[in-house]
Amino acid sequence: MSKTVDARGLSCPQPVLMTLDEIKAGTSTEMTVLVDSDASKENVSRAAAGKGWTVAGISEDRGAYSITIKKG
Amino acid sequence: MNGIKNLFAGRWGIIGVGILIGILAPLLQKWGNPGNMGVCVACFERDIAGALGLHRADVVQYIRPEIIGFVLGALIAAYLFKEFRPRLGSAPIVRFVLGMFAMIGALVFLGCPWRAALRLAGGDWNAVLGLAGLAVGIGIGTLFLKGGYNLGRTQQTHHTAGWMLPLVMIGLLCLLLIFPQVPGEAKSGVLFYSAKGPGAMHAPLAVSLGIGLVIGILAQRSRFCTMGAIRDFVLFRQTHLLSGFIALIATAFVVNLIVGQFKPGFEGQPVAHTMHLWNFAGMALSGLAFCLAGGCPGRQLFLAGEGDGDAAVFVVGMIVGAAIAHNFGLASSPTGVGPYGVPAVIIGLAVCLFIGFTMRKRIA
Repeated sequence: MSKTVDARGLSCPQPVLMTLDEIKAGTSTEMTVLVDSDASKENVSRAAAGKGWTVAGISEDRGAYSITIKKG
Repeated sequence: MNGIKNLFAGRWGIIGVGILIGILAPLLQKWGNPGNMGVCVACFERDIAGALGLHRADVVQYIRPEIIGFVLGALIAAYLFKEFRPRLGSAPIVRFVLGMFAMIGALVFLGCPWRAALRLAGGDWNAVLGLAGLAVGIGIGTLFLKGGYNLGRTQQTHHTAGWMLPLVMIGLLCLLLIFPQVPGEAKSGVLFYSAKGPGAMHAPLAVSLGIGLVIGILAQRSRFCTMGAIRDFVLFRQTHLLSGFIALIATAFVVNLIVGQFKPGFEGQPVAHTMHLWNFAGMALSGLAFCLAGGCPGRQLFLAGEGDGDAAVFVVGMIVGAAIAHNFGLASSPTGVGPYGVPAVIIGLAVCLFIGFTMRKRIA
């Protein structure tokens, strides 16, 4: 099942902490992280890659990014 | 534009920006800025507070064009790359208070993290105490972050709101141009100037402003942050931002050697004192406040330039904090900490701990 982490309006490191918490929880192998700044987008992507996850896709909608990451 | 964007977000992007700042900051000193103060966000905002008469310490009064450049450079970069996002509403009054105490701590040490790095690169070993304090303060901050500390979500807002600090900076630049320094005079129009002391030492306006703009643009692109450098390493063992900070120190050290500005020792360092405990504790207070506010003083300026109204409030808090620090005798001088500097640091740490412990509501 795909989880969604809503980190919109939060500044770093919160989006990264929330993403890593979700990765650590280990309940899903795919998740969507919502952020609304380019710095957060880069930080979340970098942190996910650091945990061995891959960024499957990033879409933008009215200033918010939806980052899809997958395990492995 | 995407190619450039990815370049600066990468490892070599952040290292490149660190190297460039490491070259430009010592050169600013060579061209007139005070010793080991090529760039110091805290000192420069304190000088701006003095130039506006918010405090009357007559040796530290000058509208520093570097600060104007930082904000406007970030603004330009944000517009060029479609990243200008006006936003605010994440506990602004808390950010104001954090800004105030971040400045008070920095003025007890005599420098922000940027200057701590430049002081180290210039051979001022007192900076080791400051940087250790900074790391400990940030370390305490990361414990709060792990425990759920946050300042809440921002809201999108009008472009006008995002433009407020950039407009203030344009206003300051206008004042500087309308009322230029008259050699030897302490006042020009509405502005106060320093006839002696660090406030009287500055690179030519165009050079300061130009370098400020370049750093502002590049730092906005690369998200350069001296607090984040240590925080991300402590929190995630991530060395991305840290590599930029270390590149700055290493480069500034080499440039100082080349231009003859490297003078190792504890005693007699420019705009510095040797009270080790308070160099450490002042910076620990600053580090904790920066960590709780989510960015070093430079990063707050860059964020304000890209429309973050909360970062702008933090900046204003720092400027007010500088006024309080000098009016109340909290700021240090080369002879040591001010008469009320020690209790101010203790109160500041208590306030930051109170904020850290109590703002832990889970994010909805």
